Amino acid sequence: MTRRVLIVDDEPNIVTSLEFIMRRSGFETAVARDGDQALEEVERFDPDLVLLDTMMPRRDGYEVCQTLRAQGRTDLRIVMLTAKGRETEVAKGLAVGADSYVTKPFSTRDLVALVRELLPEEGP
Amino acid sequence: MVPTWVVVVVSVGYLGLLFAIAYAGDRRALAGRSIISNGAIYALSIAVYATSWTYYGSVGSAAEGGIAWLPIYLGPMVVVTVWWVVLRKIIRICRRDRITSLADFVASRYGKSQLLGGLVTVIAVLGLVPYIALQLKAISTTFTILRDEAGPAAAPVGSVPVLQDTGLYAALLLAAFTIVFGTRHLDATERHEGMVAAIAFESLVKLVAFLVVGAWVTFGLFDGFSDIVARAAERPELAELLTLRTTTGYGTFFWLTVLSMLAFLLLPRQWQVAVVENVDEQHLRTASWLFPLYLLLINLFVLPIALGGLLIFGDDVDADTFVLALPMADGSPLLALLVFVGGLSAATGMVIVETIALSTMVSNSLVMPLLLRSRGIAGGRDLGRLVLLVRRVTIVALLLLGFAYFRIATDALGLVQIGLISFAAVAQFAPAVLGGLYWKGATHAGAMAGLVAGILTWGHTLLLPSFSDSGWLPRSLPVEGPFGIELLAPYALLGLDGLDPVSHAMLWSMLANVGFMVAVSLAGGARPVERVQAAVFVDAMRRPRGPGDTVLLRGTTTVGALQGVLERFVGPGGAREALDGYAARTAADVGQDADADADLIHHVESLLAGAVGTASARALVSTVVTEEPLGMDEVMEILDEASQVRAYSQALERKSAELEEASAELRRANEQLQELDRLKDDFVSTVTHELRTPLTSIRAFSEILLDNPDLDPDERHGFLRPIVDETERLTRLINQVLDLAKLEAGGVEWHLAPVDLREVVTAATTASAQLFRERDVALELDLPTTLPDVTADSDRVFQVLLNLLGNAVKFADPERGRVRVGLSVHAGEVQVDVEDNGPGVPEAERKVIFDKFRQGGDTHRDRPAGTGLGLPISREIIGRLGGRLWVGERPGPGATFSFTLPIARTEPS
Repeated sequence: MTRRVLIVDDEPNIVTSLEFIMRRSGFETAVARDGDQALEEVERFDPDLVLLDTMMPRRDGYEVCQTLRAQGRTDLRIVMLTAKGRETEVAKGLAVGADSYVTKPFSTRDLVALVRELLPEEGP
Repeated sequence: MVPTWVVVVVSVGYLGLLFAIAYAGDRRALAGRSIISNGAIYALSIAVYATSWTYYGSVGSAAEGGIAWLPIYLGPMVVVTVWWVVLRKIIRICRRDRITSLADFVASRYGKSQLLGGLVTVIAVLGLVPYIALQLKAISTTFTILRDEAGPAAAPVGSVPVLQDTGLYAALLLAAFTIVFGTRHLDATERHEGMVAAIAFESLVKLVAFLVVGAWVTFGLFDGFSDIVARAAERPELAELLTLRTTTGYGTFFWLTVLSMLAFLLLPRQWQVAVVENVDEQHLRTASWLFPLYLLLINLFVLPIALGGLLIFGDDVDADTFVLALPMADGSPLLALLVFVGGLSAATGMVIVETIALSTMVSNSLVMPLLLRSRGIAGGRDLGRLVLLVRRVTIVALLLLGFAYFRIATDALGLVQIGLISFAAVAQFAPAVLGGLYWKGATHAGAMAGLVAGILTWGHTLLLPSFSDSGWLPRSLPVEGPFGIELLAPYALLGLDGLDPVSHAMLWSMLANVGFMVAVSLAGGARPVERVQAAVFVDAMRRPRGPGDTVLLRGTTTVGALQGVLERFVGPGGAREALDGYAARTAADVGQDADADADLIHHVESLLAGAVGTASARALVSTVVTEEPLGMDEVMEILDEASQVRAYSQALERKSAELEEASAELRRANEQLQELDRLKDDFVSTVTHELRTPLTSIRAFSEILLDNPDLDPDERHGFLRPIVDETERLTRLINQVLDLAKLEAGGVEWHLAPVDLREVVTAATTASAQLFRERDVALELDLPTTLPDVTADSDRVFQVLLNLLGNAVKFADPERGRVRVGLSVHAGEVQVDVEDNGPGVPEAERKVIFDKFRQGGDTHRDRPAGTGLGLPISREIIGRLGGRLWVGERPGPGATFSFTLPIARTEPS
């Protein structure tokens, strides 16, 4: 069964590159450009993992993450993507329930490896 | 007219009444219910100033010279105004150091000098014996007038044998009375409450008597003030008395006022009642208005009585006796008797207080120091009795001296002249006392020199002539000078004539006194103890006598030894009581063999000072204390310490205030720095974010291209394009960040010149033409035909216009995009408007779009690929060029960004 990855970012170029990389790695993808869309897409697309940018218009990534966890989506893997690499932001991301945290700019191979690790083949 | 026995009985009866009052006063004082603890009593006791000289002599003086009698009362009224400053200080010093006389005060101030105390005492006695004689003369004369059936013409003094002279008996009676009340026991405070009560009563009696006789003359013999004045005005020789022009001139008026000011402060009897007998500083306040009122009342009828006497008697009767002669001549014996009692009050009050004060001075400052020098007496027991004996003998001796002077010398001089001679002698103390009170530089040698010079001048210019008036010396002496040397003539010293004798004497003696005192003091040579005393006197109001001062009595002794000395003056019981009291207060060990500390030595010394004077007390204590002499260095150290500590503490306070101020400034600066630091952190964090975002795309696409060499050309191109775009974006961002940093730091060079904005606008639109074409946005230029130049940097304005045009294109309507650029002139400025037909700037964003990295247009589709720095940079540039940049407040659609620039000043061509 193909795993679904939802890509949430407001930078078109980043979205394009992530979409390509995830598809190439065998994931089914969907895209959201802001926090509100992200919540809608989670409902509609029902992803296994979300690549979530922190700095977005409307709801930011932390808020989205918190909301998702509050909705009881504990099985959903969430990876935060941020351009701010400070320790406090990493801690904040993990505190609101993210599974992992990636600082921009990132290595595409490392990101794919991280996603694969979080989504083992022999899942449910 | 009044039988002798009646006069005698009344006189003795009156003294008996005084005795009763004084006795009651002392009893109540012992019982702790003082009747003199009252401002009114204090003021009345100070009225001892008004003697028989006032009572009889004022009228005599007024009859002779009109208002010439007034200065004697004006002086005290002037002094009263500075009482709170001067007298309070003296009182405080005297109480603190148990100083009980004027002589002791001077001695103590100038280093507890026995010599100076003795000199003051001698001068006081010399100067005051005539004054005492004056009172005896008044008693004697009025006694004679009262009983003399021959009428008011005064019998010449000295015409009766000594043993029949009432003056002698008056003197002896007064001596007895004074001894009983002034020297009953030896007390450290030297207060005489009973005596003060009696004196206050006497002041009341003399005032009432004088007012009664004054009213009687004015309203009884005449028909009120106006009647007397009207009748006097008819007689030319009397009319002159009514004018303000004195017969003696204003110089005399001035000098007499000064003289009486000084005398009022420095007469031993005034010192006694005002300083020694003062029980509460606050009484000064009451007395400050009550005493002048008293003087006013007692002088109210002086001129009416004088004029009335002259109208009735003419020159037949001595004007000094008018007060008594008028009721006598009118046949009113009872009134005459009342007047006599009033005069008796004035005379006895003065004699009692003056002799007590003088006897204290003689015993403490003259006799005791001499006696203590001989070891035999110093070692004897019960010196207290000896002190009392000395005082009693002194009182008798003073009165007998007064009587002798009265018999020999007063015949030729009026009451006023005698009084003034005394006043002038007392005035010689002024430089030493007042100088010592306010000038630390006044030294013992200076005070000594001043006093000697002053009193010698006084003797020569006032006393000597009074002898020649009495016929002891040639009558011509005052004018021609001794041995015919006119320069030394007592009434015209060094050729200075034209002044009356008293003014002349005051001028020269004060000149000599002050001159010598200041000159010798400035020459230096103060001993350590003088410096200490100078400091504690002058600074009396500022600091209490502290333990530091007693260091000067550094030495060793035992409590037992001190007790031995004390016992000789206050008895064994008193001594034990004093020591126990001290122990209770200080918790010091006062066992017989215990070492006495410096404070105890000082305490004993001050107890003794009350009894025998400060100088003698010092001498007594030093007989049992092995003193280690203090060097000048050590004294200066002690003195300096006190003042330095003050100076240091002030400096410290100043410093700490400065520090507080500085630390507050630092705190403010620190808060600003923290705020700046936070802003910088935010800025760095934001810039980092803005840099990371394009870098992320670049890296991701690069890695995709690297990892996927099999991509078809279209895909390759699609991935390469963003790499190039994002690289441009990065470059732009870096440039702008640097640009803004430079602008904000003021590091930009401005090339200011007159600029035609039409040219800049045209250039900018040309540069943006490609952009407009790409987005298919129409550009409309609205340029006027003439436009004044602005002062600006055209490159920078170009940069701003590019930014605004770029924004306008970006936000213009995607379908039918239209941008308009307009130029217009407003009050000294040229305004540039850049208008688009996009969605407009929402009100909430209008302010923040000028903040760094705050980009407008929040929908992701319209998201501009800007840096968020364009507008902040533009606003900074326009601001620096003296203009404003803002966004129009018209709600959308369409946004208008406008800026102004100042018109260049046109050169006159």
